[in-house]
Amino acid sequence: MTGNDTELETQIAEWRTYMLRRRALSGADVDELEDHLRERVADLTETGLRTDEAFLIAVKRMGRMDELSREFAREHSDRLWKQLVLTDDAPAEAARRRGLLVMIACAALAVLAVKLPALFGYGFDGSAEFYGRNLGLLVLAPLAVYFAWRRRVRRGTALALLGLFALGAVAANAYPLEGDSQSIVLTGIHLPLALWLVVGIAYAAGEWRSGQKRMDFIRFTGEWFIYFVLICLGGGVLTGITVGTFSAIGIDAETFISEWLVPCGGAAAVVVAAWLVEAKQSVIENMAPVLTRVFTPLFAVTLVAVLVAIALTTNAIDVERDMLILFDLLLVVVLGLVLYSISARDPGAPAGFFDWMQLALVVSALLIDVLVLIAITGRITEWGFTPNKSAALGENLVLFVNLAWSAWLYWGIVKGRKPFARLERWQTDYMPVYAAWAWIVVLAFPPIFAFA
Amino acid sequence: MHIAKDLVAASATPLVLGILAEEESYGYAILKEIAERSGGRLEWTEGLLYPLLHRLERLGHVEANWRTPEGGRRRKYYAITPSGRRELAEQRKQWDAVTEALQDIWKATRSIGPTASPVLEG
Repeated sequence: MTGNDTELETQIAEWRTYMLRRRALSGADVDELEDHLRERVADLTETGLRTDEAFLIAVKRMGRMDELSREFAREHSDRLWKQLVLTDDAPAEAARRRGLLVMIACAALAVLAVKLPALFGYGFDGSAEFYGRNLGLLVLAPLAVYFAWRRRVRRGTALALLGLFALGAVAANAYPLEGDSQSIVLTGIHLPLALWLVVGIAYAAGEWRSGQKRMDFIRFTGEWFIYFVLICLGGGVLTGITVGTFSAIGIDAETFISEWLVPCGGAAAVVVAAWLVEAKQSVIENMAPVLTRVFTPLFAVTLVAVLVAIALTTNAIDVERDMLILFDLLLVVVLGLVLYSISARDPGAPAGFFDWMQLALVVSALLIDVLVLIAITGRITEWGFTPNKSAALGENLVLFVNLAWSAWLYWGIVKGRKPFARLERWQTDYMPVYAAWAWIVVLAFPPIFAFA
Repeated sequence: MHIAKDLVAASATPLVLGILAEEESYGYAILKEIAERSGGRLEWTEGLLYPLLHRLERLGHVEANWRTPEGGRRRKYYAITPSGRRELAEQRKQWDAVTEALQDIWKATRSIGPTASPVLEG
């Protein structure tokens, strides 16, 4: 009997290691399933089976591992995200190779899109205005093509994507905006934002209504940004070395770099970074949440310190011209910290110290923002609205509403009254608001402000 | 008798919540309970049960905690929450409506009753 027991223990230990290799299953899940397996083995041995027979039947009953882990992955999409391959390895290898080819094709498309205007006299160096309007369009369209291709989107979705990009192209070029107007800068900033969310539709293969797909896109955005920055850093080193070595042999490489290396490399990097996020998830997985963990306490402490300083010195915030933009950026950073801590959090876990930290961060950011808004409202009523001020104020309000409600939900979560999923739902439900605001700035602002 | 996959999936949530409404339980016991209650006709897989339990946990309908019963192994117990009870009541209303309508229709069309394929009741 003891011999049987040790044999069973070895078999179960082997089974455990095999199960733990599945990324869709966490350690706790395997514990739970092991308990299940042992119960069934015990029941079966009671009916007269030997333990090894009972183990075989119990494992068989549990169903094929592939199917089991796929079911788990469907519920835990945050792990599915890490699970590169849900199927066997051979088709996955072919899919990877196909992904690589699609990536190369789309990166080439991006390079072509950026360089094609040069044929019509819009060189990268001389036409800052043209590229200011269209750069987002030129580099994001190939990225949308990449996802539409990889996800094999339906015809309706493809047409919608085409329509939205066409709308973006019209908005960027049809309005008679002066090169030095505020509106053209606003379009240059907001059109890429709007189009990035259009890329999200392609990313979700048209299922943009799904909350989980939206969360996946938020995760993707964070990882993509990190990869893109890394590639740009590498590109910077490459550029420096190119300039240095060529000038050492007496050749000026500056034109080559500003006309070819930087624009083509940057455009290709947009697609390459997207491909890397999908292909190398396990290598650098969840960098954004790691950074979030590090910086949330630091930002929280800084913001609380600012509040304490304001309270002690009773110094009013000096509202300068760029102040509103600075505080917009602050809210964006805080929102990013909230988003990426949500995206990586286990929704089932009880509220802990980190959630209090998040709450403190959000509340202190909101308090500071209220002070800024009060100060800036006076300014605006005195000097009137300009496109810049209206856009900055609008963004501030959009972010403020999101964070205020997030703070309220966080309060319920740390008190244990609300499930964490509510906060996740709120964030994914809110995404269309960003899209709507970006499109409003691009489409409606120029006519409203008489193309100022 | 084989019960169609859609039907199994649709009835899964109220069955689990109903069982947990009586008392807290754990995965294997829930699975056995369901097999018993349905006279062995509802055969659930682990791939159905555990992801469902985890989803209900995420939605706040059930609460889970790991406990070690005396002389036993560490085990994950699930208990229903107030929001789970509300969900169960809501599901029950919907199922009542469906079964009522079905009963009506079965009565009206006796000719195609279950006599066509005799079933051994457990």
